[in-house]
Amino acid sequence: MRRFVPYIVVLFLACVPLWLGDPYILNAFITTGIFTIGAMSLNLLLGYTGQLSLGHVAFFGIGAYVSALTSLGFDVELFERFHVVHEPWPVVYGFVLAIVFAGLCGYLVGKLSFRVRGAYFVIVTISFAEVVRLVALNWVDLTQGPLALTNIPPFTLGLPGIGYVNVYGKIGNYYLVLGVGVIAYIVIKHLVESRIGRAMVALKENESVAVSVGINVTRYLVLAAVVSAAIAGASGSLYAHYLRIIDPDIFLFLYTVTMVIMVITGGKGTLAGPVVGGALFGATPVIVRSFAAPEVQWILYGAFMIAIIFVLPQGIVPALERWLARAPAKAERIAPQPSVSAE
Amino acid sequence: MSEFLQHIANTLILGGTYALLGIGLTLIFGIMKVVNFTHGELYTFGAYFVFLVVSVLGLNFLLAIPVAILAGLLLGGVIELLLLRPMRGADIDTTMLVMIGAMIVMQNSEQLVWGGVAKSVSTPFPETPLVIGPVSVSYLRVFVLAMALLLIAATYILINRTKLGKAVRATFQDRDTASLMGVNVQAIYTATFAIGSSLAAAAGALLGPAYVISPHMGDIASLKAFAIVILGGLGNITGATIGGFILALAEELGAGYVSSGYRDAMGFLIIIAVLLIKPTGLFARAERIG
Repeated sequence: MRRFVPYIVVLFLACVPLWLGDPYILNAFITTGIFTIGAMSLNLLLGYTGQLSLGHVAFFGIGAYVSALTSLGFDVELFERFHVVHEPWPVVYGFVLAIVFAGLCGYLVGKLSFRVRGAYFVIVTISFAEVVRLVALNWVDLTQGPLALTNIPPFTLGLPGIGYVNVYGKIGNYYLVLGVGVIAYIVIKHLVESRIGRAMVALKENESVAVSVGINVTRYLVLAAVVSAAIAGASGSLYAHYLRIIDPDIFLFLYTVTMVIMVITGGKGTLAGPVVGGALFGATPVIVRSFAAPEVQWILYGAFMIAIIFVLPQGIVPALERWLARAPAKAERIAPQPSVSAE
Repeated sequence: MSEFLQHIANTLILGGTYALLGIGLTLIFGIMKVVNFTHGELYTFGAYFVFLVVSVLGLNFLLAIPVAILAGLLLGGVIELLLLRPMRGADIDTTMLVMIGAMIVMQNSEQLVWGGVAKSVSTPFPETPLVIGPVSVSYLRVFVLAMALLLIAATYILINRTKLGKAVRATFQDRDTASLMGVNVQAIYTATFAIGSSLAAAAGALLGPAYVISPHMGDIASLKAFAIVILGGLGNITGATIGGFILALAEELGAGYVSSGYRDAMGFLIIIAVLLIKPTGLFARAERIG
C-alpha cells in the first residue's frame, strides 16, 4: 500500500491547477516546489552522507545566474585584455548549463572541503556561499550587481531544429516545476537505493568502519556533492526563469536556512522528508499571512524548528512511519532507510 | 606612506573589537564545542541595547556600554539554560541546528522591534577627529580601542587568574575529573556561554555607535568571528586576539589596495585558506572538533 503514496501525491499535485483558481496560492505552490527541489538536493548531503552543507544556496544561485546569463547574453572584459561576448541562447541550454556548471562547482567544493569534517565543513561551505555572493554583488559588468538581472526570458522547452515553446504563466510553470521535481525525486531515489547510497549511509553511520570495508570516502562524498549541487542548480534555473529577475540576495544565508528547515522538520535521510517539510513550510505563510508579519512568520519557523529538534529529533516522516508501524522498540536510532520502498 | 599609516590605525581600532568578538566565540565554539550562530545576534543585541539606553531612554553613553555588556551576559545565560542545557550530550550538528533556529528567532525579533531602517547613536565625543601626524582618527574610535583592550585584558585575568577561570579550564579539559573535584560543571557551562556572549555584546556595543546599527549586522559578524577563531586555533584566547587583528589588517589592506567591495570577502578567504592548508589554526595546540 505504502508504495503507492508517491503516485497518489503526484496525481493529486497534477490535478491542483484544474480546480485552483487563486493565482496567489498557485504562486505559493510554485515557489515552494522550487525550494522543495533544493531541499531534496540538500537532503542528499545532509541526510544521507551526514554532511551539513550550509552553503547550499551557492549552487542554487549559481544555477540561477548561469541560466539567466546564458539566455540573456553578456559582454565582459576579462583582465582588461580579453573581450568575451555571448549572444543569447534558448533557455533550455541555460537550464542544462546551470545543471552542468553547478555540478562542476559541487565537484570543486567537494574536493576541497571534504578534507575537513563537522563544524569546519559547515564553515567552509558557508564561506564559499558568501564569497560567491560578494562576486555576484561586485562583478557588475557581468551580473549588474545590486541592480539585478532583469527581463530574464521565460522558460522554453524544445529542441534545435524542431522549435521551442515558451512556458509563460503560472500554470505552465507549475507543471514545469512538478516535472523537474518528479525527475529529481526519481534520480535521488535510484541513487540512495543503489550500492552508492548504501555506501553513503555507511559513511554517515561510522566513517572508520566504512573505510575499513573498502569504501572510498572522498569519492562517494564528492559524488553526492556533485549530484546534490546539480539538482540545486536546476532548481535555481527554474527560479530565475519563473521570477524573471534575480539579484545577489539570492545567495543569502536565509535561503539555505529555508532548505535546512524543510529537511530537518520533514525528516533528514528520508525520501519523503523534504517534500513533507517543504509542504508545511510552503503552507504556513498562506495560512498565517493574514495576521502575522513576515518577521513573525520567521520567528514561528525558527521556534518550530527548535521544537521539532527537541520533540521529534528525526523529523516528521520517520515519526509518522514509526507510529504507523507501531514499533516503538526501534524508536531510538532508526536507520535512514529509503522509506518509501522499505518493504 | 601616510595612506598606509592610516590603514594601520584603522586596523588597530577595528582589530580590537574583532578580537573581543573572536575571544567570545573561542570560549563557546573552541572550548564548549557549540557552533554558535547566535554569536552575531548577541553582537547586534549589544548594539541595539546601546541605542535603547542612549537614544530612547536618553541616558549617558558611558553608562550604556557596561549595561549592554551585562544584558548580553544575562541573555547568553538564558540561551544556555533554555536551549543548550536540555541538549547536553547531543551531537554537534544537532546543537548547531538549534542555534540556527535561535538565530532566526532573535534576528527577526530585532527586526520586528526596531524596524529594518538602520539606526545611529549620538555619542558625547567631539566630531572633529584627533590628528597625529598623517593619521586622523575620531575620538570615539580611540575610546572604542581603549575599551576593547581593557575588556581583552579583563578576560585574560578572568580565565587565567581567577578561581572561576580555573574551574572553566578544568571543566573543559576533563569534565568528569572537574566534577569529582567539586566543580559545579552545569553552572560552568552556563557561565562560559554567558561570558562569551557578553563579549559579543560588548563588541556590538562598541562598534555599533561607530557605524550604523541594523538587524542584519550580525550575519557577517558571526562569520567573521568564526574566521578569527579558526585562524587563531580553537579555544586559544591569545590566538583569537591576534586573529582579530590579522583579520582587520587583511580587510583594511584588501579594501584599501584591492577593492572595497571585497572587504568582507577577506574573512571567508582566510577561513578557506587556513582550513585547507593548516586546519589547526595558526597558533594551535593539536585539537579537532566534530
